[in-house]
Amino acid sequence: MNITVKLFASFRTGRFEIESRDYPPGTSVADVADSLKLPRHELGIMMINSRHVKLDRLLAEGDTLALFPLLGGG
Amino acid sequence: MDKIARIDMGAAGGPKVTVGDLGQYAGLGGRAMTSLMVAAEVHPLAHALGAENKLVISPGMLSGTTGSMTGRLSVGCKSPLTGTIKESNAGGQAAQVLARLGYAAVVLEGKPEGDDLYKIVINKDGIQVIADNSLKLMDNYPLVAKLRQEYGDKVAYMTIGSAGERKLLAASIACTDPELRPTRHCGRGGVGAVMGAKRVKAIIIDDAGMKMRPPKDPEKYRDANRKFVEGLRKHPVTGEGLPAYGTNVLTNVLNEAGGYPTNNFKSGQFAESASLSGETQAALEIQRGGSATHGCHRGCVIQCSGIYNDKDGNYVTKQPEYETVWSHGGHCGISNLDTVARLDYMDDNIGVDTIEMGVTIGVAMDAGLAEFGDDAAAIRLMEEVEKGTPLGRILGSGAAITGKVFGVERVPVVKDQALPAYDPRAIQGIGVTYATTTQGADHTAGYAIATNILKVGGDVDPLKTEGQIELSRNLQIATAAIDSTGMCLFIAFAIMDQPETFQALLDMLGSFNGITMTGDDVVALGKKVLSAERDFNTRAGFNKHHDRLPRFFYNEPIAPHNQTFMMKDEELDEVFNW
Ligand code: SF4
Repeated sequence: MNITVKLFASFRTGRFEIESRDYPPGTSVADVADSLKLPRHELGIMMINSRHVKLDRLLAEGDTLALFPLLGGG
Repeated sequence: MDKIARIDMGAAGGPKVTVGDLGQYAGLGGRAMTSLMVAAEVHPLAHALGAENKLVISPGMLSGTTGSMTGRLSVGCKSPLTGTIKESNAGGQAAQVLARLGYAAVVLEGKPEGDDLYKIVINKDGIQVIADNSLKLMDNYPLVAKLRQEYGDKVAYMTIGSAGERKLLAASIACTDPELRPTRHCGRGGVGAVMGAKRVKAIIIDDAGMKMRPPKDPEKYRDANRKFVEGLRKHPVTGEGLPAYGTNVLTNVLNEAGGYPTNNFKSGQFAESASLSGETQAALEIQRGGSATHGCHRGCVIQCSGIYNDKDGNYVTKQPEYETVWSHGGHCGISNLDTVARLDYMDDNIGVDTIEMGVTIGVAMDAGLAEFGDDAAAIRLMEEVEKGTPLGRILGSGAAITGKVFGVERVPVVKDQALPAYDPRAIQGIGVTYATTTQGADHTAGYAIATNILKVGGDVDPLKTEGQIELSRNLQIATAAIDSTGMCLFIAFAIMDQPETFQALLDMLGSFNGITMTGDDVVALGKKVLSAERDFNTRAGFNKHHDRLPRFFYNEPIAPHNQTFMMKDEELDEVFNW
């Protein structure tokens, strides 16, 4: 299935900002993070289609997955 | 910090300085000092620009010590913008310097007759109030440059620009950073107008000959500070994210979450947000020879700020904050960082709150004064404020006034103060804070974004109402306490996640005074501050019906989540029931 993956802040270093990628059905957020060699403990904010999700959430065809490290501001 | 200076600007025969002991305010600092004093001493029905109002300037409890992050300053008064009590908080050098001189508060009282303008010089020999009409209508950058010729570079300056002198309701008080740029502002609530009403143009604070404030238990204090700094360095937000990208790293986060108010709160996402993002901004700053990592005061180890240069490498302004990039950017449909930086410079120079000004320009665009996305028009509107034209004075008086004058229905304010950069329909928790804080719409008062969106210090679903009241309550209590310590609020990201870092903070507070501080003591302090503020607001005529958002947040769903603000009135009324 086709997934749009967006990376932010330090996750972009040596990777990409946005890519359309193919994954087999049953792929979870954790699987995508692993495929990109993003250490799980560094994952801060994970969103699919603008909603927060957890690591075990399964992706569906056409989803947009956004991954951020832990961030703050204000 | 064993004394309080009161300067009666309206005394017969000219301004009169009285220095006294702490009395009932012993042990207080920062927001605790400003709010308890304003609540006790200012008539709640006073005109905010009248002689009865007081401008209380107070370093935090730990300011002026060797403790890191302790350089935040509180300025309090009755707000001319909101009519409520106000505490406006800034970095810069002023707090450290004032604290080392021993002042727990400097209070500007009364109001002079006539139109002489004054500067106040505070040093180890005392306080002098000097008339200086050569400073009239100067803006902050040229003003500080002129003052530096006389007072040099080893002092801290607090100044108002032309907006403060004109008593515009968005007027701020500028504090200089370590390099003496007037970039750190007590922005919110029109505190600059109160200083202007008292005819005080500049406060020059010189701590030559003074030492760091000594802790009661120096060894324990040093040890606690070391652990505290370790904790800040270790946490990904305070140790990596904020130093590398600054607060503007939030642009992409909020846009992705659908909570980025665009074109005056008409959408929760901005198509061009990427060009405004913190990632883009930091790369540009480094590429142009500026800096993406800079502290607003000495002793800050997080260093969330930076230096923004133009394409030729010339200084434009400090790194615009997320709130500013939003208010002058996406809120107005503007996607050019150079435009935002120029407007940030103008805000700092004229001396106005970047949130209030940006939101106002967006409201003016909604009124048809300019098109959304018209960079040149936004700058032109700011120039009106700079010149003090009738239009400029309307805009400089904020979003609520501008909305009324031009007949706009969608005016994002609570208690007449502009909403910051988070849409309460997509992030219910921050809406609770906007509605109920004693300050008028203010994100810092109870930063529910942390748990709703950033997942720091817990996890509450931003699109649901569950858990939001308790969250906002606890955050408002903790914030009122932190704002009293002199610590920058950004330490909260680390202390919410790391118990040992919170303990280090408690140990710093305790060992400085030779006592033991517990989490309960911090909560008690926060509640005391909030209770005093609520009491003032009640006496000033505010009731629960003012603790609401504008109706359009309840009536107009916003994309992409197509939700409204769903918190019930009865729920909002529970925030301060503890
Ligand atoms: S973290 Fe940022 S706002 Fe806080 S004290 Fe440091 S530079 Fe100033």
